[in-house]
Amino acid sequence: MLATLHDALSLLGHFDHRLLDIVGLSLRVSLSALVIGALVGLPFGAWLAVADFPGRGAVIVALNALMGLPSVVIGVLVYLALSRSGPLGSYGLLFSPSAMILAQSMLVVPLIAAVSRQIVEDAWKEYAPEFSIIGIRRPQAVLLLLADCRFSLSVATLAGLGRAMSEVGAVMIVGGNIDGYTRVMTTAIALETSKGDLALSIALGVVLMSIILGLNVAAHYLRCWAVRRYG
Amino acid sequence: MFPLSIKGLRFAPEQRVVLDGLDLELSGEGISIILGPNGAGKTLLLRLLAGLLPPHAGSILWGAAALPDGRLAMVFQQPMLLRMSVFANVEFALRPQAMSAAERRARTDNVLERVGLAHRAKDCARLLSGGERQRLALARAWAMQPRLLLLDEPTASLDPSATEAVERIIREIRTEGAKVLMTTHNLGQATRLADDIIFLAEGRVQEHAAAQRFFAHPQSPAARAFLQGELPWRIAFDR
Repeated sequence: MLATLHDALSLLGHFDHRLLDIVGLSLRVSLSALVIGALVGLPFGAWLAVADFPGRGAVIVALNALMGLPSVVIGVLVYLALSRSGPLGSYGLLFSPSAMILAQSMLVVPLIAAVSRQIVEDAWKEYAPEFSIIGIRRPQAVLLLLADCRFSLSVATLAGLGRAMSEVGAVMIVGGNIDGYTRVMTTAIALETSKGDLALSIALGVVLMSIILGLNVAAHYLRCWAVRRYG
Repeated sequence: MFPLSIKGLRFAPEQRVVLDGLDLELSGEGISIILGPNGAGKTLLLRLLAGLLPPHAGSILWGAAALPDGRLAMVFQQPMLLRMSVFANVEFALRPQAMSAAERRARTDNVLERVGLAHRAKDCARLLSGGERQRLALARAWAMQPRLLLLDEPTASLDPSATEAVERIIREIRTEGAKVLMTTHNLGQATRLADDIIFLAEGRVQEHAAAQRFFAHPQSPAARAFLQGELPWRIAFDR
């Protein structure tokens, strides 16, 4: 056990290139998914917060339900869409980092949209009377609310990154866990553990835990700073 | 836009009658203050005038029109402030108006100067004191150059110094030609500011008179009791 831990720390200490490649790909895939998730999820969530249409309640319930969707289900859906006979099969994306980004985006978008809907709706309840009297239209209101809630929304977005980075099922299915091409931290940990190479698993686990912990620390301090700076 | 004519206004959510056939006519000048006990519907009347709620019955006519043809602004008891700078909190309210960015900046700078907040223009609005927040809310309303300004207890929970500053701003806004309609529980403030008093109780206007006459010789028994600190109608009305 101690020898395994020693080997893991050695991999980390020597910046093992195999380990760095895996961490680099993980970050590239998850950050890309996060950017897509934020670009789609934030405006959609904010729009849903101020929108008024029949069936809005059903959309909110569906969005909240999608937050808890198992990642393997997303993986299967993306697999079916990207497989040769699927609607997007002609693009040849299956078993590529792009497929993994797509799958992780589908996981992150509902999370960011649902959380931002709740945050923006709370602000909207407070601001709506004044906006109405001033003559602010709903599209302008969405932009103002996104700007006003920027710090809370940043925390929601960081939560989305955590969800993307710690996900394993979907990227395993649509990425194929190909060494040097689609192997990310979570899929590598699963594979190396099953092979008995615990040193690499532990080293990757330490990196993954550090990133998740770092994100939470960043979210906490961002919120504290924002409250002090902006009230 | 004026005279503002309210006829038979009724608001009764969930069988609870708050306004019950309220009639009122207002001219376009001066400061009118709405007095009345808690629950009389003072804030509700302002919200109905601002179009934030639809009445259950009755009509509001602005001159001869169903909608106001001049600008209307409202300052709430707890002003809404965005997590942005003092300057941005005024400037954003001018965006719906047809004016250039330079005009918006100039008008924002001007009103901040006049309410004494120019030196805090870059500070975050949510870090202002209670009095400064209310002055900022008034600056935003003032910048909109309203024809009618609705104020819902603008000095509630402010100290005398902050109250005096807010009252000075209200007088200046009135001097520039805006009609001011405000609610307050502060009888001293009503005496200082009001041109006329609208006394609300039991869901109706019990008395509408020039301020001096109202305080010297209240005509209605309800207003007399209110000024003496007795509120017998609340018990009767709640039944």
